[in-house]
Amino acid sequence: MSDSHGYMKALKCRECGREYPLSATHVCEFDFGPLEVAYDYERVRTVLDRKCIEGRPQTMWRYRELLPVAEEPTVGKQVGYTPLVKADRLAKRLGIRELWVKNDAVNYPTLSFKDRVVSVALSRSVELGFKTVACASTGNLANSVAANAAAAGLEAFVFIPHDLESGKVVNSLVYGANVVGIRGHYDEVNRLCAEIAGKYPWAFVNVNMRPYYAEGSKSMGFEIQEQLGWRIPEHTIVCMASGSLLTKIHKSYQEFSKLGLVPESKWRMHGAQATGCNPITTAQKAGLDFFKPVKPNTIAKSLAIGTPADGFYALKVMKETGGHGEDVTDDEIRDGIKLLAECEGIFAETAGGVTVGVARKLIQQGKIARDSSAVLCITGNGLKTLDAVSSHVGATREIRPSLREFEALLSEGGKRHAVTA
Amino acid sequence: MVQVIIPPTLRRFCGGAEQVEVQPGTVTEVIDQLHDRFNGIRDRLLEGSGKVRGSVLLFVNEQDIRFLENQETHLLQGDRLSIVPAFAGG
Repeated sequence: MSDSHGYMKALKCRECGREYPLSATHVCEFDFGPLEVAYDYERVRTVLDRKCIEGRPQTMWRYRELLPVAEEPTVGKQVGYTPLVKADRLAKRLGIRELWVKNDAVNYPTLSFKDRVVSVALSRSVELGFKTVACASTGNLANSVAANAAAAGLEAFVFIPHDLESGKVVNSLVYGANVVGIRGHYDEVNRLCAEIAGKYPWAFVNVNMRPYYAEGSKSMGFEIQEQLGWRIPEHTIVCMASGSLLTKIHKSYQEFSKLGLVPESKWRMHGAQATGCNPITTAQKAGLDFFKPVKPNTIAKSLAIGTPADGFYALKVMKETGGHGEDVTDDEIRDGIKLLAECEGIFAETAGGVTVGVARKLIQQGKIARDSSAVLCITGNGLKTLDAVSSHVGATREIRPSLREFEALLSEGGKRHAVTA
Repeated sequence: MVQVIIPPTLRRFCGGAEQVEVQPGTVTEVIDQLHDRFNGIRDRLLEGSGKVRGSVLLFVNEQDIRFLENQETHLLQGDRLSIVPAFAGG
């Protein structure tokens, strides 16, 4: 890279356009608008083409000129390039011509899309000289910060709601991170972290490092386009917590389009939430540009943000692209998890159940045409949220180690059940 | 007195203070007092209409004012107002 900022130009306020130095800061001093990384696209255009990308290792860093690091990444160098699965069996069940599943349930190393944003945030934190990293998390981010910090030799503090799924708690503790459970919901954790970040000189990945962190999500969209054969899908369905992922996948489509890496085309971004925490989809369905905050109550804990920072921007993207928002109940979430697992052999966490359930609804409602093509973004692994589904997936049937007993079980119609001996 | 926690973004406008003490009153009145002391603060937090900006969250004793009485929420002696930018996902 040719200068100390790589292909980044500045941090820029999304509201008023004021520019700031590329430091650890995330809010405009003048209007509290979020800061975003601005790139020198003209320079990127001179070095980045399909051939160059295809010649690089299959990780998210094959698009590094469009990611906010100044030098080569130092954390999470193996992250990304997860499978894009053609989901024919699920397509048939949902009643759509063509369906793809972008499977970040198998992202490296902690089985969620958060490894993308964390590898960017921590690589940039190292560039800026931080030794301690931190986050406010609904679980997946905590896992990823803990793991990637351990591998990079950084100290980590992760702050989570005290009642998270046990899988997500263990998956943070095992890496030796300082895990702090807060007796409150995620919005309260985040409020506390905003105050801690104001006092301690740490790199909080989703507070003061947010402009860099959020850009990592674009890599999911870059990969979708490349894996589809360098094209933008007609429909993309994305689950929403803060709403950031939806806006960043949209941005990835804009960037590839602007750089001539994919043909110009029309696309629609659809947002999925749980009914127990649906501030963005409620506003979208009511045709509003703003949302009303809610107090979350859903099994989709990774999406339980009642005051979503990017809610306004997610609404704008859905409106501009002609997309829709929809939400699903806890039972519909479990059904979505099972449907994806039974059709495609992919076990998603509760957020994935939200995405599948919402896709089904939007197709049934005719908001996604049956004769079209769609991509479902699956963001996390079902092994992390076993508590949510363990009592809804049936039970094993036990028999003695006897062929006669097995055949008796089969004759009872037991073929559909798991068997232990 | 009422304690106001100043976020890093605003400290430059408040002489570097991490917290400031003002007289009890409604959220709007507390912001007015801040503005009297540190010119320009009101415009950072409120839209031209006087409504709190969408990107600003205000908490009275850890409670989001939108779940209380919004800008009419009263801060009493010993209460605490936190000013926080909107939350990112995690």
